[in-house]
Amino acid sequence: MTTTNFDPTSGRNPAMNPAIAMSPTAGLSEGRTGNRSRAGLAEKISVRNLDFYYDGYRALKDISLPLYDRQVTAFIGPSGCGKSTLLRILNRMYDLYPKQKATGEVLLDGNNILSPKQDLNLLRARVGMVFQKPTPFPMSIYDNIAFGVRLYEKLSKSEMNDRIEYSLRRAALWDEVKDKLRQNGMSLSGGQQQRLCIARAIAVKPSVLLLDEPTSALDPISTAKCEELVDELRSDYCIAIVTHNMQQAARVSNFTAFMYLGELIEFGDTESIFTNPAKEKTSEYITGRFG
Amino acid sequence: MNAIYLRRKAVNRVALSLALGAAGFGLFWLVAILWTLLFNGLSSINLALFTENTPPPGGEGGLLNAIFGSVVMTTVATLVGTPVGIMAGTYLAEFGRGAKLAEVVRFINDILLSAPSIMVGLFIYEVVVVRMGHFSAWAGALALAVIVIPVVVRTTEDMLKLVPNSLREAAAALGAPQWKVITLVAYRAARNGIITGVLLAIARISGETAPLLFTALNNQFWSADMNAPMANLPVVIFQYAMSPYEDWRQLAWGGALLITVTILLLNIGARVLAGLGTTRK
Repeated sequence: MTTTNFDPTSGRNPAMNPAIAMSPTAGLSEGRTGNRSRAGLAEKISVRNLDFYYDGYRALKDISLPLYDRQVTAFIGPSGCGKSTLLRILNRMYDLYPKQKATGEVLLDGNNILSPKQDLNLLRARVGMVFQKPTPFPMSIYDNIAFGVRLYEKLSKSEMNDRIEYSLRRAALWDEVKDKLRQNGMSLSGGQQQRLCIARAIAVKPSVLLLDEPTSALDPISTAKCEELVDELRSDYCIAIVTHNMQQAARVSNFTAFMYLGELIEFGDTESIFTNPAKEKTSEYITGRFG
Repeated sequence: MNAIYLRRKAVNRVALSLALGAAGFGLFWLVAILWTLLFNGLSSINLALFTENTPPPGGEGGLLNAIFGSVVMTTVATLVGTPVGIMAGTYLAEFGRGAKLAEVVRFINDILLSAPSIMVGLFIYEVVVVRMGHFSAWAGALALAVIVIPVVVRTTEDMLKLVPNSLREAAAALGAPQWKVITLVAYRAARNGIITGVLLAIARISGETAPLLFTALNNQFWSADMNAPMANLPVVIFQYAMSPYEDWRQLAWGGALLITVTILLLNIGARVLAGLGTTRK
């Protein structure tokens, strides 16, 4: 179900993504012939024939798609289409709940993370996640960030201070909080809290960042800041973002996956998906005829 | 003004006055009790009450040994009951979601919560006092601990359940193992509520008489020996209030006032703490 036949003659050059348009052929997995080349991009995560069940109900149907390193991939689709579910499989968040089950393969750097042998805590330390609602811990700004770092690293006080400054700077929050690191993280505004959560995720030095509708609870200015941040972080991470906001997907992502009723309808570079979708359903959704 | 509107206004007025009346009825008795206690007990609150032991009839004395015994047994009971209660509550809220065992534990805990305290006293009498062959402060503390446990289990579970799941997910998403999610994040978020529960449990046991009658009994003299019967406020109040001696009855009033004020303060402290928990953003 993951055919993504773009018209090769359209020859549109995605401005965001010069790498994509460089070569006409590439080692793509089956069913993606004719798609624009992604040569030069490393496949950080490969989802293969993934099915997901909530207590027997099949919520994801045979999903296959790549997530490239140093690229932003957006998951879009109407409510209940399974995009958040897919995201929560990538760090096996679903494992917190019994009765939820995934079958198929999700390869992270070539290792199947769905394997029962996978150490979940180590996986989650490598695959950071930011949630829809800001979730600062009930502790100081400093400790909010140090929390994750202390789990896997033993840093000296000055190293920890450096790490916290680094993460807060990357999350564009440093200037706003540098004088109140001891204040409770919950005293920040919603937008600041969300950036604190991003800083917290970055601090443990993950290689993948999963963003689950990170701006849906934020005002437009905070949203713009978060989007800038995603753009900024793109150079270092493989980022997957779930969003309800199609403009946001168009603004921040290099690749877009459109999902509907648990199926991946179309996957391709964002430019193509938004300007020249291959599937009727995609174009209907993009143009706002349903969803 | 149409008829329906007037009718609603009238009904509203009736309901409001009934509600106010009910509240006033409850408050009246509370105030009456506190007033009687203050009126009768205030005169016996003096230095001797806190520095001298319980006297023989007709003698001079205070409640030092009883106050000491109550503090000791309440402390031991809290130290024993709180960890057990918190751990069981943690199991119910964090590990046993949807598990059959958790439902059974929760049900039994609810029974224990509402069990008459005299049954707890009889139970400890049977398994501890009879076997040891004598009354002791240990048995008293144990009986009180049995009363502490269900209160703490319940509040711990309730407070942990109020911690949003998103917070647990956020901690887990950083790679924190479950025990760290619970101890470093969930406990922290629920801390005020759990402390409130412990304070309420202390308030509850500091006035319990029945379980101590069968376990610690009472002691006319100073005793710090946990293996011997120990004086305590509720039983002293019980005995002295029933006695024919005027000075003993006066001491009982003093003790009753003391214990009531202590419980009142504990409850107010619990309310303040719980309030801090909810108003903080």
